[in-house]
Order: sequence, then C-alpha cells, then structure tokens
Amino acid sequence: MQSTEERVIMEVIDLKKHFDLTKGFIKKTHSKIKAVDGLNFQVYKGETLGIVGESGCGKSTTGQLMLGLLDATEGHIYFQNEDISAMSQEELRKARRDLQVIFQDPYSSLNPRMTVEQIIGEPLVVHGLASGKELKEQVRELMKLVGLREHQMKLYPHEFSGGQRQRIGIARALALKPKVIVCDEAVSALDVSIQAQILNLLKKLQKEMNLTYIFIAHGLPAVRHISDRIGVMYLGKMVELADRNELFEHPLHPYTYALLDSVPIPDPKLRKEHQLIKGEIPSPINPPSGCPFHPRCPFATEKCKIEVPEYREILPNHFVACHYPLLQEDTNVLPDSGISKVK
Amino acid sequence: MTQASETTINQQKGVAQSSFRKLATRLFRSKTGMTGLVIVMTVILMAVFAPLLAQHDPAQTNVVDRLLPPSWSEGGSPEFLLGTDNLGRDILSRIIYGSRISLFIGVSAVLLAGAIGMALGLIAGYYGKVWDFVIMRTVDALLAIPNILFMLIILAVLGPSLTTLILVLGGTTWVVYARMVRSETLSIKERDYVKSAKAIGAKDFRIIMKYILPNVISSFIVIATLNVATTIILEASLSFLGLGIQPPDVSWGLMLSDGREYIATSWWVATFPGIAITITVLGVIFLGDWLRDVLDPKIKE
Repeated sequence: MQSTEERVIMEVIDLKKHFDLTKGFIKKTHSKIKAVDGLNFQVYKGETLGIVGESGCGKSTTGQLMLGLLDATEGHIYFQNEDISAMSQEELRKARRDLQVIFQDPYSSLNPRMTVEQIIGEPLVVHGLASGKELKEQVRELMKLVGLREHQMKLYPHEFSGGQRQRIGIARALALKPKVIVCDEAVSALDVSIQAQILNLLKKLQKEMNLTYIFIAHGLPAVRHISDRIGVMYLGKMVELADRNELFEHPLHPYTYALLDSVPIPDPKLRKEHQLIKGEIPSPINPPSGCPFHPRCPFATEKCKIEVPEYREILPNHFVACHYPLLQEDTNVLPDSGISKVK
Repeated sequence: MTQASETTINQQKGVAQSSFRKLATRLFRSKTGMTGLVIVMTVILMAVFAPLLAQHDPAQTNVVDRLLPPSWSEGGSPEFLLGTDNLGRDILSRIIYGSRISLFIGVSAVLLAGAIGMALGLIAGYYGKVWDFVIMRTVDALLAIPNILFMLIILAVLGPSLTTLILVLGGTTWVVYARMVRSETLSIKERDYVKSAKAIGAKDFRIIMKYILPNVISSFIVIATLNVATTIILEASLSFLGLGIQPPDVSWGLMLSDGREYIATSWWVATFPGIAITITVLGVIFLGDWLRDVLDPKIKE
C-alpha cells in the first residue's frame, strides 16, 4: 500500500473563483458571483472522483479551474506537486498533455469543420508527437479503442449520433495518453442506454490506461455507477465527500440526504413525498450567511445562520461541512420533516 | 462480406471521388450555382479577351455618329449594336473594356477590405479587452463619417488613380467585415470545441485559424459577395463625382454617370452599363451563395 501522499495526483487547496459583475460604461464592479468559494479536496491516482450538485453549484467551474481553462481568484491546484494556478501559459500547455477533458455536449464540443481524423489527431499534431502515416495509424488505433470504425475517419461530426460523437470526444482526450481526465457532465446529454455504454467504455479505458477521472455530473445514478468517491457541492462549497457506498448509505449532510431522497424510484407503489428541501438554490451573488444551506435545511438552528460550518473529516475518509451531521442515532427518524428514512 | 474487404471498397471509393470532383458534381447539381458560375465566367472571359471581342476602340470618339440608338431600333446602325454615347463611342465595346476595371476594382477592393476586416475582427473578438476597444471604436468612428465624403477627401488629397481608388474603397469598407467577424468570433470562442482546443494545448494562432476562422467564413463570403456589388456601385459614384476612374480609362460606373445626362433623350447610354452591373452582381451573389453552402459540411444535398 502506498502512503497517502504518493497516492495523491491532484490537490485543491482553498480554491476560489469569483466572477465580477460589471455595470455601465466604466465597467464598475458592483457585485461578485462566488461560483467556487473555498474548495479543499484531493484526487487519488487511478480513482474516479465524482462531483455532484445542482445546476449553478460551481461544479463545472471547478472542472475548468482544474484544467487551467479558468484562472483561480484565490487558492492553489496542485497536479503532481506542481501548482497549475501559478503556471505560465507555456508551462500550462505542457501540463495539459497529462490533463484532458471530455465535455458535456457532444454537439458543441467537436469543431463542425474538421473531420473525425483531424479532430482525434489534433492533440498529436499540436504537441508535434506524430505526423503523416504515423499520425493516421495512431488515430486509427484510438478510434478502435473507443469503438469507432475505421471507415468513419473522413466523416464530419454532424454525421454521427450523440453517443458516437461522445466517443470521438473520448478518443481526442485519450490521444495524449493523459493521467487525469475531467469528465464535465460527460454523459448527461445522452440517452440512458447510451449513457451506460459510455460509462462502461470509460471504466474499461480507466483499467487499461490507468486513468484518473474527475467525473462531474448532476445525475446520481451515473455517478454512483462509475465513482469510487463522491463529493457533493452546494453554492460553490464542498458539503460532503466520502466513499461511494458510505455516501449513499450513510449521508451525513442534510443536503446529501435530500439529494439521495430525490432520486426517483421506478415503482409507483414506492412513491413518496419529496419535501425535504424547499425552494430554489439561493443566488451565488449573495449567498446566505453562515451555512449556505441553512434557508432550505429542515434542521437549521440559529447557529447555522451565523457560523460557517467547518469542512472536516468527521469519520475516516468522510468529510462534511455541517454543524449537525446526521449521525447514525438520528438518521432513522428525521425531526421536523416527519419523514422516516426509507431503506 | 468480410469487414476487411468492406473497408478497402470504402477506401477505393474515397480515392476515386476526389474532393475536386465532388465539388464539381455538386456545382452541376445546383442551378443557382451554375447560373452564377456561367455569368461570372462570361464576364471574366469578356475582360480577358476584350481586345478580340470589341469591334471598336472604346476611347475613339466619332462625333458624326454620336448618340446613335441600338441597332434594332429606328435610326440605329448595325455597326454599333448597343448604340453610341454622347461622343460617338461604341457602347458595346466600352462595356466589354469596362468589365476589366469594374471587375478588377470590385474584386480587389473587396479582397483588401475583407482581409483587413477579417484580421481585425478576429483579433477584436478573440483577444477582447484593449484590442477590442481600440478596433471597435475605430470602426465606430469610420461609420460615423459618411463613406463617400471620407473617400472624396482621401482621393482629393492623394489624387485619383486605380491604385488609390482600390486602397480607398478597401480602406473604408472593411468596417462591415470587422463588425460581423467580431460578433461571430465572440459567440464561437465560447463554444466547447474552442475550449477543448485550449485544453489540448493549441496556441491562440492555431485556434483562430483552425477553429474560429473556418466557422466564420460562410457568413463572411455572403457579405463579401454582396459587397462586390456595393463596391462596383461605389466606384460608379466616385467616377460620377470625377474622382474615380479617369478617361480615357473606362468603367461601367463611369459610363453610367456619363449617360445620366442623356437619360431622357438617349436611354441606352446609361441603361446598358447598368444592366451589365446588375447581371454581374447577380452572378457573383449566386456563386457566393453556392460557395457558402459548399463550405458548410452540414449542407450536403
């Protein structure tokens, strides 16, 4: 067994990203969107770290920050012990060989003016790794790897279905033999049956190529299927992070509990009332004081309104940011909501 | 059939149907494309072989035969098919020779304006910030001055010649392209495929040339072809005001303005060069439309 330090491939420390909202001719900043507001987590070699949360919770921004596509406002991102956020453009370009991305929308992530061959070969051309026959051979192998046929090389993206396009996107991400791939909602735009295919492909590739995934999604079933550990984000903050099964079976944060509770069950007899969280996600421009979840939390007290809960390792490998985590003794009957936990 | 033989067949097909042949078959299938091509080719051939086609010297005056109507109408002479102008010059020969300058000015001014506008539009849209501010405020300033007035001032200072005319036309009409290219660039650079190019590690120049430019080009071509038309007409206006093409050179615009005085008594003097401009412009637009469709891999049939 390796020590923890050797296992860590990426580490995020106090990461913040604030977008300025400007107004008027002189572009005066009148307020800020706190898209990511103080993130801390580690990514281990060879694992899949799932990041889930509602729309607007900052999970995609986190992904782009980790890729160096956005500059962090504060904090650090270490990739193999080097700080991405402090790199120059040229250093970043080199680091990107090890750090790739698969996007959500397979319809907008491929240049409509390039053939599949060009798209998949592009990373190799950009880094000057292959040309001519060798390039073609490598593209052919990549296509085979993701389950595309060789004769589809000369086709344009619009001639493919969503699932096939996502395969093209995966082949492109694999071309540089990266160590980490950020999957930004990589299956969210696909049909459920295609989702399963792509998830299985990703799993297979992970085994073969020893990849590390950061899997950003809003659909819990897909995340559960692929992740080793899962982090839950709310309003730019990580509220809970734990091993997959631990998180699904013993959620400690009321928000996680509510999220799991809201997954529809495909059986009308087991239908239940979903009323654990009310209202909309608050605006990240003016987030609530104290715990950002307190206005929607059924267990909120005065303390939650004032004090920001610390993000801490409450159980081994189980991090949570809550003043009153749902520990074993009180998860059977949830006060206030009147809902007993359905197993 | 085994998969291997299937692939070889597909490959053979790919070789046989080279991209040029594909283009040609698609051109023959498109009626507007063909019409445009025929018109444009005719005008180009006319310009190239002007000395062979023209029956008369376009600059030779002949006061006896002045303002002769077209040959088919009363008083017309078979020697001058489309009649003569106020100095007795053969209109047909002048149209044939005029195509040289009109076409040359139209195309080269558009190329110049397009190149400037494309480059500045891409820079403004892609880099934003100071670049965007400086370029777009220049565009606004140029748009605020009436085009003709601005051109007149420059032409008056530099003196009219073919080169200055092209420089002036190109130097003032690029703003249209810059604005269009900038706004398209702004929307394209936010797409995921541009982000993915950055994630791959592509440099800015490559992203602009391979990801943004090809996706801007179709709107660009439409505007450019329309502008060939506008430029030919602008050249006509400048020639009319005396700062364009100088006699004995001849352009359609110059003929149009010469004929204006006689429009009430001798309609043919202005009408035929006008028709020549209209047909040419139409041909260029048809061809541009077809070219835009061809350049878009999504529109195949």
